[in-house]
Amino acid sequence: MAPMKLYGAVLSWNVTRCATALEEAGSDYEIVPINFATAEHKSPEHLARNPFGQVPALQDGDLYLFESRSICKYAARKNKPELLREGNLEESAMVDVWMEVEANQYTSVLNPILFQVLISPMLGGTTDQKVVDENLEKLKKVLEVYEARLTKSKYLAGDFLSLADLNHVSVTLCLLATPYASVLDAYPHVKAWWSSLMERPSVQKVAAMMKPSA
Amino acid sequence: MAPMKVYGWAVSPWMARALVCLEEAGVEYEIVPMSRCGGDHRRPEHLARNPFGEIPVLEDGDLTLYQSRAIARYVLRKYKPELVKEGDLEGSAMVDVWMEVEAHNIEATLWPIIRHCIIGQYVGRDRDQAVIDENLEKLRRLLPVYEARLSVCKYLAGDDITAADLCHFGFMRYFMATEYAGVVDAFPHVKAWWDALLARPSVQKVMAGMPPDFGYASGNIP
Repeated sequence: MAPMKLYGAVLSWNVTRCATALEEAGSDYEIVPINFATAEHKSPEHLARNPFGQVPALQDGDLYLFESRSICKYAARKNKPELLREGNLEESAMVDVWMEVEANQYTSVLNPILFQVLISPMLGGTTDQKVVDENLEKLKKVLEVYEARLTKSKYLAGDFLSLADLNHVSVTLCLLATPYASVLDAYPHVKAWWSSLMERPSVQKVAAMMKPSA
Repeated sequence: MAPMKVYGWAVSPWMARALVCLEEAGVEYEIVPMSRCGGDHRRPEHLARNPFGEIPVLEDGDLTLYQSRAIARYVLRKYKPELVKEGDLEGSAMVDVWMEVEAHNIEATLWPIIRHCIIGQYVGRDRDQAVIDENLEKLRRLLPVYEARLSVCKYLAGDDITAADLCHFGFMRYFMATEYAGVVDAFPHVKAWWDALLARPSVQKVMAGMPPDFGYASGNIP
């Protein structure tokens, strides 16, 4: 059985969101870079994988998937379904809630910070500090809710690790690469949750992927 | 069995996402109306249900859920699992793909247009045509992909309706009430798909609570 192919660069936290799920699920996969500089993302080959011409995309045999969180769920369902708890109505509902929260509350405010601090300078632009500061304030409000939640349960969906926790890893690793990592310090249960995630071999593997080569 | 409760204001496109799935599921539920202008969503009793202070919120016995797509998935998984293609590895993946496409592309482009074309006039916000035009441009680049998809299958995840289609309803409802509906109508398969959604009894029932003025001029300010 050929390994699954994950298309995209490890620079992208959407790509490494998928890598985290694939690693934790123990999926057999390889990362295939897509060259944006040569417009490979607009090539007919890539548009067949992702008609919006974006990364990540996943190929598993004849199946092509796109949108990082769909890819993550597919990997979990295929290779480690306990990450989704789909046999249990209430537990799977809590996993869904916190996967939506990751997208709509956490990553939605981290994205502009990460773009301004990590990406914009790489593209020859400047960092808009106002955008960073506004979103850091929003992030603190979100982290208050996370702190309250993680005071009551070990992981976000309950006392079990789920895809909801794992979907936070790639953007949080990127946050640690900015000068704003200390924003987590005021939230001890969030820090403890993050530390336990960092201990996982899957997360360490993704962290190593994201380090710029020497 | 006590009916499920859904907290929020029925004119909300996020509320509509949850309600249309409840209707499709055929489950007994009641809406607990809340007032957005009265700040009900920020009160302690609501924050106890949803610490992010948003609607909709679903209560099913002891279970309290928020985030409209999580509510949609729970309700359908419980009562109509075929609508999330439960147990079908590839089918469920396609449902997820198109729910994500809606979340990151459709909601994100239609909501600013709706805010400026419909809501703005009632809340003292000047219409910003530049914002409308920017999002219409994005929409014009998305729709050919939808058209291509809906040319090969009847609904987004395959030939059967699923949560992926239903989740588009709320934002589409208001966008199609603006002067820009023609942007969608220009794509015949997308238009046919939208008309098929509109014909569903579940959609018609939920639409009855969503006047095109968002409630502002018809005396039901959210």
